[in-house]
Amino acid sequence: MGSQSLSHSGLMKKNKKYWVPLCLAVFAVLVVVSYRSAKPRYKPENLSDLLSDFSWLGNWPKWLDFPLMQPLNAGFDWLIKEYGMFFDGINNFLLGAYTLMKDFLVGLPWPLVVALVIILTYFASGKKMGTTIMVGFCTFFIGFLSPRYWDKCIMTTCIVLIGMLLCLVVGIPIGITMARKPKFRKSLLPVLDLMQTIPSFCYLIPGILLFGLGAVPAIIAIFVYSVPPLIRLTDLGIRLVDKEVVEAADAFGASKKQKLWGVQIPLALPNIMQGINQCVMMALAMVVIASMIGTRGIGDEVLLGLQQLNVGMATEAGIAIVLLAIIFDRITQAYGDRIQEKTKPKKLKKK
Amino acid sequence: MPKIELKNVYKIFGEEPQSVLPLIKNGATKEEILEDTDHTVGLDNVSICVEEGETFVCMGLSGSGKSTLIRHINRLIDPTEGEVLVDGVNVLEFNEKELLELRRHEMSMVFQRFGLFPHKTVKENVAYGLEVQEKPLEERNQTAEEQIKAVGLSGFEHQYPSQLSGGMQQRVGLARALATNPGILLMDEAFSALDPLIRNDMQDQLVELQSKLHKTIVFITHDLDESLKLGDHIGILNDGKLVQVGKPEEIIMNPADDYVASFVKDVNRAKVLRAKTIMLSPEKYTANGKGSGETYKVLENSFIEEFLPLVLEKRSVVEVIDKDGNNMGFITEKELAQSLSKT
Repeated sequence: MGSQSLSHSGLMKKNKKYWVPLCLAVFAVLVVVSYRSAKPRYKPENLSDLLSDFSWLGNWPKWLDFPLMQPLNAGFDWLIKEYGMFFDGINNFLLGAYTLMKDFLVGLPWPLVVALVIILTYFASGKKMGTTIMVGFCTFFIGFLSPRYWDKCIMTTCIVLIGMLLCLVVGIPIGITMARKPKFRKSLLPVLDLMQTIPSFCYLIPGILLFGLGAVPAIIAIFVYSVPPLIRLTDLGIRLVDKEVVEAADAFGASKKQKLWGVQIPLALPNIMQGINQCVMMALAMVVIASMIGTRGIGDEVLLGLQQLNVGMATEAGIAIVLLAIIFDRITQAYGDRIQEKTKPKKLKKK
Repeated sequence: MPKIELKNVYKIFGEEPQSVLPLIKNGATKEEILEDTDHTVGLDNVSICVEEGETFVCMGLSGSGKSTLIRHINRLIDPTEGEVLVDGVNVLEFNEKELLELRRHEMSMVFQRFGLFPHKTVKENVAYGLEVQEKPLEERNQTAEEQIKAVGLSGFEHQYPSQLSGGMQQRVGLARALATNPGILLMDEAFSALDPLIRNDMQDQLVELQSKLHKTIVFITHDLDESLKLGDHIGILNDGKLVQVGKPEEIIMNPADDYVASFVKDVNRAKVLRAKTIMLSPEKYTANGKGSGETYKVLENSFIEEFLPLVLEKRSVVEVIDKDGNNMGFITEKELAQSLSKT
């Protein structure tokens, strides 16, 4: 193991001196490509004109424009043509899961749904009465605000839950791998930054192209937008586990699997739960934006209010979203707190 | 055959340890290597030999490489060069599965900051080694309870580590290490984080346990008194180099260099030196022309502090005897004075 990492780091160092010329070469190629692909009317008649007429140094010349849009569009078309079936498969699967869940919950009588939420909160929070009562009232108030909101909130909830599930299935294993493999982390961190900083609309559009309008692009957008914090916090949680404790597991001959499941994950759980909580909140924020691409749910009430300049309507719908957020937040937080109490029991209370 | 043997072990931390190896073999110091190559020397040509059933104490200041050394034995750290033999077998050649077996059955470790699992109860912590071995739950619980009783923590089985005091936590650590019944016990500054009184208690408890169990113990400490109390042999590390190995008396009487001497300077010699170490042989005693007047008989293994008051009171010569009462040698005031003076 030691010798492997050794040879690798040696390789990195040797490659370092080639980096600068390589980057310069790539840059030169990019400039040439942009020049050649620019429309003739933007270009000077002769290249030598550039040396006699310096006006191109004033405003950014139109020929110095790297053509990124066209190849991206072409690539996207190719993707849809060649792998359309694949995306259809994902679409059908997610849509099926969403429809199943939504139809089931919408079909249930509303008092039963409220009761289910209360029961869930009660056990998730470790039988805390205060949290349970508050969440119960929040749930009730969603329908109470406007009966139309009830079904719409259920749709939104289903989208968030499915998006979340996707995040958990993908995000937690990635987070764990990141914590174990520094090189993997190094290469993934910029990708996570990218996912978080690209404006959400930018990946709603490819979502529409690949999956059509409706719930599925919203689920995908939720996934892209809210998986980074889960990955980061899982990675952080695992790395923050006391080194000596991990060393102790090693010293007793725990295999990697035993160490992960018996020590690292249980001790990282508070952080992972925090990640899940963040993930839910971001998913909820995203699902409102997703209403702009025709995703049905509580978000389109806000949109409608905006379009009609109906302040009351938008506010009402906004409050419903806040209530939904409180419900999600309280349940996940309370569950996280309970786990934390379990892993880090406080000193015996002295009265 | 020694139980544990390290042969010419080098450990260098950094990106390309192999490239630094020739430098250190040519005698470059730790500081020079850090300055020139940005590599840290952990161990520099260390060879030790630990016999079965003895307590080997490895002593040095922080940064001297002692924690690195102990981690080579169970391969939590792999050496840059050298051999690590346990029961005569080179453990560096082990594959992953063999290594896990070695750690599970042959040795266990006690940590400075205890290394207990905060999410497990005392009982689960103690049973961890057995859990890893995938022993049935009943056996785990039974062994754990026995060990908890042996370290005097009965009644705390279902508490969590954070509910216990430091001394109690380290007892859990000790019980956990003993639960797998390993031949080798690695103790990395096991008592350093405890306050002096509790540390003393734990040392006594370890000595008592060891007199029953006869494990092979490698004990790391920066405390000379602790190493003199526990060690059958002591190895002193400085900047990754082993500067002296010997019995406690040897180290006190003949420090190998200034570093060891400065360590030994403030030791309470009366507590450490034994009668047999400082006595004159009977021939020398009689050759010096002193007649055998009134003497006190003292066992050869007793410490100076045990008979010093008597000698001072009666101003008489001490006769050192073995268990069967045979004369081994004599101690006069002169020997006492010499052995107790600091230089």
